[in-house]
Amino acid sequence: MAQLALFGLTSPVLTVSDLTRRVRELLETDYRLQDVWVSGEVSNVSRPASGHLYFTLKDAQASLRCVMWRPDAARLLAPPREGQAVEAHGRVSVYETGGQYQLYADTLRPAGEGILYQEFLRLKARLEAEGLFEAERKRDLPAWPGRIGLVTSPSGAALRDVLHVLRRRFPLAEVTLAPTPVQGEEAPAGIIAALQALNRHIRPDVILLVRGGGSIEDLAAFNDEDVARAIAASRSPVVSGIGHETDFTIADFVADRRAPTPSAAAEIITPDVAELAASQRALAARLVEAFGQRLQTLRWGLDERRFELRLASPRAQVAGARQRLDDLRARAEVSITSGLRLRRSAVTGLAQTLRAVGPAAVLARGYAVVSLAPGGPVVRTRKQVKPGSPLEVRVADGVFPARAE
Amino acid sequence: MAKRPAKAPTQLPYEQAFQELEAVVRQLESGEQPLEEALALFERGQLLAARCSELLEEAELKLKTLVEDGSGGVDLSQLDEET
Repeated sequence: MAQLALFGLTSPVLTVSDLTRRVRELLETDYRLQDVWVSGEVSNVSRPASGHLYFTLKDAQASLRCVMWRPDAARLLAPPREGQAVEAHGRVSVYETGGQYQLYADTLRPAGEGILYQEFLRLKARLEAEGLFEAERKRDLPAWPGRIGLVTSPSGAALRDVLHVLRRRFPLAEVTLAPTPVQGEEAPAGIIAALQALNRHIRPDVILLVRGGGSIEDLAAFNDEDVARAIAASRSPVVSGIGHETDFTIADFVADRRAPTPSAAAEIITPDVAELAASQRALAARLVEAFGQRLQTLRWGLDERRFELRLASPRAQVAGARQRLDDLRARAEVSITSGLRLRRSAVTGLAQTLRAVGPAAVLARGYAVVSLAPGGPVVRTRKQVKPGSPLEVRVADGVFPARAE
Repeated sequence: MAKRPAKAPTQLPYEQAFQELEAVVRQLESGEQPLEEALALFERGQLLAARCSELLEEAELKLKTLVEDGSGGVDLSQLDEET
């Protein structure tokens, strides 16, 4: 059999590249090796000019070569130290040129943080099942935070940041600090005592529970079960502002409101004093306006009554009578004038008619007046005239004699 | 609502002064009062507005530290800020 193998008759002959590639494919298609956390002890740390980080993780039986590229390495808070227990996350593949399988790491954390995270998840699930995170449980923040309680370290940046924001936005408040350690072994008990003291002695309108950024170990007190229960039991609403924006602790879930940072916590509980000033000015303006209006209305009412009085007074009565008189006079004039006018035109009309039927007009038309001459009566009938009777004929412009035939 | 003797505006805390000012303004706006009452309301309103203004301008954050003295009591002292 071995001789057959020697002559390459039982299996194909691979090149080094082929084989290496095969190994690489094998590793890269195993999903468990493509998103993996590995814990071990650090050794052989090297960081050449390229900025990439090379190190080895080992335990009692085995060692694993690791590389972290510069961008990821730069993000580390601190480079790994010789002998340090760490957990590295990344994917396994093969560095073909060197014939080396290695872990391409993207992040590194001190060992034990993984355990803390597991515990956090377990506690979170348990408290959530108890209903401690329910939205209905959460109380509304007071519109007017006249009394503010602070639970934080007296020497931390969080306190400074919070006070800075409060001074700017809402200097009207009374702030009471209940100081406590915010990390380490005494922290949970300290936080609980601070919360209880504020509730018992001060009863603030709202409590701020804040601390600055840190690792999951640093924030451990805020993942403590008893602390969570103390927050839930607080009579005053609790607003949490713990760590950085991406940090979520159990305290954040139990609190009545979570803010991403201590400064943000101070901001969300307070009205802005500039806005208060503006609304106060607006209200003062409304006051003046309303009073002005009221005065005006009263004045109109007064004027109305004055007017009514004037109407009823003796002077008003006389004036009224006088006005009526004037009115009548004017009407009288009108009717007299128009009466005269009518008569005048009637007379003129009659005169015209008269003229039309008067003798002069008749004569002018060609008629003649015959009368027995001289000076005798007007001849009207034939009987009055005998042949040879002397007659006088009057025409428009005079008379002339005539004799009847 | 029972009438209680009105507290001097100069003594009121901001929230109360502001709320009372709002009440005064609403009353004047609904306008049924005779002249004397309107005048009295206006004057009180002016005092309240002045009080609010004064509080806003002069406000300084009051800071205290609370430490329990171990026997159920509490010690409230001026907050010592480290700048």
